[in-house]
Amino acid sequence: MASFQLLPDAISSLVHDGDTVALEGFTHLIPFAAGHEIIRQGRRNLTLIRMTPDLIYDQMIGCGCARKLIFSWGGNPGVGSLYRLRDAVENGWPTPLEIEEHSHAAMASAYAAGAAGMPSAFFRGYRGTELPEVNPRIRFVDCPFTGEPLACVPAHRPDVAIIHAQRADRHGNVLIEGIVGVQKEAVLAAKRSLVTVEEIVDDLAEGSPNSVVLPSWTVTAIAVAPEGARPSYAHGYYSRDNSFYVAWDGIAKDRESFTRWMRENVLR
Amino acid sequence: MNYTATEMMTIAAARALANDDVCFVGIGLPSAACNLARATHAPGVKLVYESGTIEAKPAVLPLSIGDGELCETALTTVSVPEMFRYWLQGGRISVGFLSGAQVDRFGNLNSTVIGPYAKPKVRLPGAGGATEIATSCGRIFMIMRHNARAMVEKLDFLTTLGHGPTGQERRKLGIATAGPVLLVTDLCIMEPERETNELVVTALHAGVTRDQVTENTGWRARFASEVRETEPPSPQELEALRELNARTARAHAGGTA
Repeated sequence: MASFQLLPDAISSLVHDGDTVALEGFTHLIPFAAGHEIIRQGRRNLTLIRMTPDLIYDQMIGCGCARKLIFSWGGNPGVGSLYRLRDAVENGWPTPLEIEEHSHAAMASAYAAGAAGMPSAFFRGYRGTELPEVNPRIRFVDCPFTGEPLACVPAHRPDVAIIHAQRADRHGNVLIEGIVGVQKEAVLAAKRSLVTVEEIVDDLAEGSPNSVVLPSWTVTAIAVAPEGARPSYAHGYYSRDNSFYVAWDGIAKDRESFTRWMRENVLR
Repeated sequence: MNYTATEMMTIAAARALANDDVCFVGIGLPSAACNLARATHAPGVKLVYESGTIEAKPAVLPLSIGDGELCETALTTVSVPEMFRYWLQGGRISVGFLSGAQVDRFGNLNSTVIGPYAKPKVRLPGAGGATEIATSCGRIFMIMRHNARAMVEKLDFLTTLGHGPTGQERRKLGIATAGPVLLVTDLCIMEPERETNELVVTALHAGVTRDQVTENTGWRARFASEVRETEPPSPQELEALRELNARTARAHAGGTA
């Protein structure tokens, strides 16, 4: 059963130096509050998994939390570059960053395979591209029935998955609505999981019987973090702060302004 | 009516979509073209975004691939694994609309690095959905600004397969889908030549010369035996595009649509 914890306690007990950590949320419901707590607690040598690193991994990488990044699209959506990610890859600042690069289809399949308890994921992909030449974890196998060559990547099995959700009930069952991304798969693939929520409610009754619900017994810890996805958004609560995503381009472009922003807004 | 080269490009790209297409939409220029098509001649076109939103009908252009606007206006929203497996890989999408940092003469795209992979001069965002969009959708349309830095003789990295490095690899791999059939730029329209699959100029936008295209293309650009002039934007097309852009600018500045 999920235990209710304060966010700093949950990060301190679930996320350790050297862990493989997936903070998921496809544009929507990105767990910024949890990522910021990881930065404040000074975690190091993390292997970060995420389809779209977004601003939260730009911040974690820029603050030196990560040793390796497994991803499929590392930009600032609709704006341009993630300058802290680029600085780490291009110049090794503040510390070198190893990258393992996939496509979205591969990452989504790798999470689904992890949730399904499989060692690897098969799909029709990577045909004719150079990505398999730079990522030895992209391989091909022949379908035993048709002989068609299929792409194969290892399943994601993170030590910890962290997601943000709209709400949990008092038993610790979690409801996610809107663009649901790969969060359910990430939680079910992980050894431990933390869900930050906008609020705790008496029951989740609203919505259809097919709503995405993670039962309490699939979640390790729940922490209340109102507005914990900002500047990403929470469907039904607040909208995406697009102007901040645009502003981040200027903030993150150079090391000094980035460091100052983090000191004033996160490390306070 | 006066119009900009970007407006001409967006409108020419929008015209390529048919009312019965199901289109997998990339963010940025492709999204503008797709939503313009929906606002003009193709109100029935089905727009699918990789965030899982199926039949999204945004009133403003989303900044990201997963803006709330897409989900709120969609017929249904599915998970990302389902989107890539059932809908894209399952062959439900007729057109994929892509862009990239670099394209070569055979419609292969680079969105990974400028410079060597191990020590890149510029680390670009990466593949995202493009790698599988390019092989799973029925046909691929591309939209890019025309300049010699983007339209190159040789890609720094092949992220997304067009017709292959010599124009034949896609066929040899036995990929059943058509691949790139159209490249719209702010100067012209290019389409693959039969047999060679090389992108050749089939239409010049009004006022654009062959020399301009040649100078701004990193490979030796070739022209089809018959080169049309792109029909200039109609007042209706321009009005719809400008309204869409104005609504978008207001919404992203923090106001409401």
